[in-house]
Amino acid sequence: MTDTAFDVLIIGGGPGGYVAAIRAAQLGLKTACVESRNTLGGTCLNVGCIPSKALLQSSHLFEQAGHGLEAHGVKVAAPKLDLGAMLGRKDAIVGDLTKGIDFLFKKNKITRIVGLGQIVKAGTVRVGNDSYTAKHIIIATGSEPAPLPGVEVDEKQIVTSTGALALASTPKSLVVIGGGVIGLELGSVWRRLGAEVTVIEYLPAILPGMDGEVVKQATRTFKKQGLNFKLGTKVTGAKAAKGGVTLSVEPAAGGAAETLTAAVVLVAIGRRPFTQGLGLEQAGVELDARGFVKTDGHYKTNVPGIYAIGDVIGGAMLAHKAEEEGIACAELIAGQAGHVNYGVIPGVVYTHPEIAALGKTEEALKEAGVAYNIGKFPFMANARAKAVGDTEGFVKILADAKTDRVLGAHIIGPGAGELIQEIVLAMEFGGSSEDIARTSHAHPGTAEAVKEAALAVLGRAIHV
Amino acid sequence: MATEIKVPALGESVTEATVSKWFKNPGDSVQVDESLCELETDKVTVEVPSPVAGVLTSINVAQGADVGVGALLGLIEEGAVAKTSAPPSKPAPAPAAVAASSKDTTLSPAVQKLVSEHGLNPATIEGTGKDGRLVKGDVLAHLEEQSAPASKPAVAPQAAKAAPAPQGVQYPPRPVGPREEKVPMTRLRKRIAERLKEAQNTAAMLTTFNEVDMTNVMAMRARYKDGFEKKHGVKLGFMSIFAKACVTALREIPAINAEISGDDIIYKNHYDIGIAVGTEQGLVVPIVRDVDALTFAGVEKAINDFGKRAREGRLTVDEMTGGTFTITNGGVFGSLLSTPILNTPQSGILGMHKIQQRAMVMPDGSIAARPMMYLALSYDHRVVDGREAVTFLVRVKECIEDPERIMIDA
Repeated sequence: MTDTAFDVLIIGGGPGGYVAAIRAAQLGLKTACVESRNTLGGTCLNVGCIPSKALLQSSHLFEQAGHGLEAHGVKVAAPKLDLGAMLGRKDAIVGDLTKGIDFLFKKNKITRIVGLGQIVKAGTVRVGNDSYTAKHIIIATGSEPAPLPGVEVDEKQIVTSTGALALASTPKSLVVIGGGVIGLELGSVWRRLGAEVTVIEYLPAILPGMDGEVVKQATRTFKKQGLNFKLGTKVTGAKAAKGGVTLSVEPAAGGAAETLTAAVVLVAIGRRPFTQGLGLEQAGVELDARGFVKTDGHYKTNVPGIYAIGDVIGGAMLAHKAEEEGIACAELIAGQAGHVNYGVIPGVVYTHPEIAALGKTEEALKEAGVAYNIGKFPFMANARAKAVGDTEGFVKILADAKTDRVLGAHIIGPGAGELIQEIVLAMEFGGSSEDIARTSHAHPGTAEAVKEAALAVLGRAIHV
Repeated sequence: MATEIKVPALGESVTEATVSKWFKNPGDSVQVDESLCELETDKVTVEVPSPVAGVLTSINVAQGADVGVGALLGLIEEGAVAKTSAPPSKPAPAPAAVAASSKDTTLSPAVQKLVSEHGLNPATIEGTGKDGRLVKGDVLAHLEEQSAPASKPAVAPQAAKAAPAPQGVQYPPRPVGPREEKVPMTRLRKRIAERLKEAQNTAAMLTTFNEVDMTNVMAMRARYKDGFEKKHGVKLGFMSIFAKACVTALREIPAINAEISGDDIIYKNHYDIGIAVGTEQGLVVPIVRDVDALTFAGVEKAINDFGKRAREGRLTVDEMTGGTFTITNGGVFGSLLSTPILNTPQSGILGMHKIQQRAMVMPDGSIAARPMMYLALSYDHRVVDGREAVTFLVRVKECIEDPERIMIDA
């Protein structure tokens, strides 16, 4: 007989939920986690970040084998794609990692409940026919792909990110609706594997919200790689038939409609909070106008004893943001001073080259009327990037003109997602561009580009 | 149960101290009587011992901050054991300010550079970074504030208010040059500066000189020093003899053992003699009480103990308050002649100097090499007449040249 009374019960076993569960258990709270999937890890681990990274790496190697080796003096015959093996590898990685969380739950003595958790009222959660009580309930149900009116997903021809991670064969053509992170990553995967990919974006540019210079460089690079873009374009409908999908599109600003055909269409226009079937209405948990669970600064909903974290409360829909919230929420419940610094959460696009963003964009600083200095350094001038043969992109650091405090950083280039991390740490500590510039960086390394960009903020880069 | 650590009583007339150093960090185990932190006052540096064994749970006053007597310095959880992780299942809201108040001494590279270049004490700058750390902008703001105090109208009235005590010309702070170093004054140094200026501004200070032939007293010392040391465990030095000689002279010239209090003069019929001791931090003057009632050995023991503790910075405030006369010996550093500054409100200070062989004309007209020492008496001419001052110094000279006089009071 499983226990049915807990200090903390978390609904959702994604990065927010499972991390909150482990942290709560570490703090000595009796903890349970309810997850409707058979595996833990949520969207991120099962059908998001991790499987897409596996495919991005595999498809990158496939592309390198076909096009990237000759420059190094390595001659091979044209590579052959075994998509089944590639997808199998991805599934194995997901399997390993989800089992890893199971192990962590056991180690921390967290009770794992499989099923859809439904809040009856504050303090009580029902899963199937079983009822559980908990002093504190954390809603960590995440998000799901947002649907597009007129485009019905069948996960075969018209797919979300979930379906796009498991296509049975490389489609001849793929239309991606949405020029955001997911669309660009998965679009890149299938382009590398041989599909003719067109990205349709409603707004006039891809990667909305990112620094303008980075977006410009990314657009140029992706085009060069063979991605097609239809920007400022609205999709008004899609019809799946045996031969393919017919899309009707028109300029967002108004104008003549046209039709496109594609073997597969990926809908990647964003994600919406997952709040259905959780009993939120009956428990009296308030949602905001856009359907997110309303919380105060301490992740408390309007109902005492019910908290919410992660994608379901809005803000950046990022696994690591959810994790930070999970930790903070668990610590707050345990009486500690949990806190998340929202100004310093990095965002990474795992295309090639990678794109990483942190803090304020130049556009945002301009709009806010903040005086700033810019330091930029191209990977073309970085010795390691040259040696590796991966010189596309640059590091851009924005710092306050008066105090030199780093306000934002934007990187497009090799390993941008890892390079950004030292700037995250610097910003977390209120560091200045000079702090980064005066910190030793190993040579030769791509991180030297970060140092040089920091030097460039004060006009004293060495290698340009 | 948390035990409060408070600023202890620091002696009369001392109400404020600076927390100069924390020896423990929050989370550290402490034993009973183990030193927690060091307080620097105008006069001494004192260590605050832990009253209980347990874990220091919070530090409420950051290093470098000023505190009043009785202020809460920190908390100790009695009987607790230091843990690496936070204690679980304690739903008491944790004080978020704990980390913020204990300023980390590791500075970021840019901050380190600015602080070194401008000779700043990071403890005096307010940090706005994570947990109160200093960021480059804080130091830049601090420098800007420092360099332009005059141009800020808001500061002007305050400066005017601070003016009444004429302290001489106050030069405004200026930025340091590339080959200069700026170091904040310690409290002790500030206090010394204040006290010395105070003496010059209030007393009508004047110095009279004489010289003393040390032959007899050196012979006496040579004669008795071994037996003395054997019996009392301290060396027979000149200081005890001078202290005794001063008491003999003070008895005869009471004005030098007096002080002005408003429109009155207070004559002190006790002889508490301050002995100036140079330490690394600055000059301190512990008081040997009732020198008239002490034996030579008693005086030597007291001086010995004070000197040792002064250098360790462990003198108490009480031990440095309430002297009636002061002796300073610049001779130990080689000074041949100097004019000491009064330790106000006292009215006299004797300056001893280096003993040097000099050619002296003896009473019979012959010339002999004699170990000579110049003596200086600085005195407050408002209380002490020139005749009294000179008589005092001559009396001291007589007692040293013929130490038996001290004993038989002749």
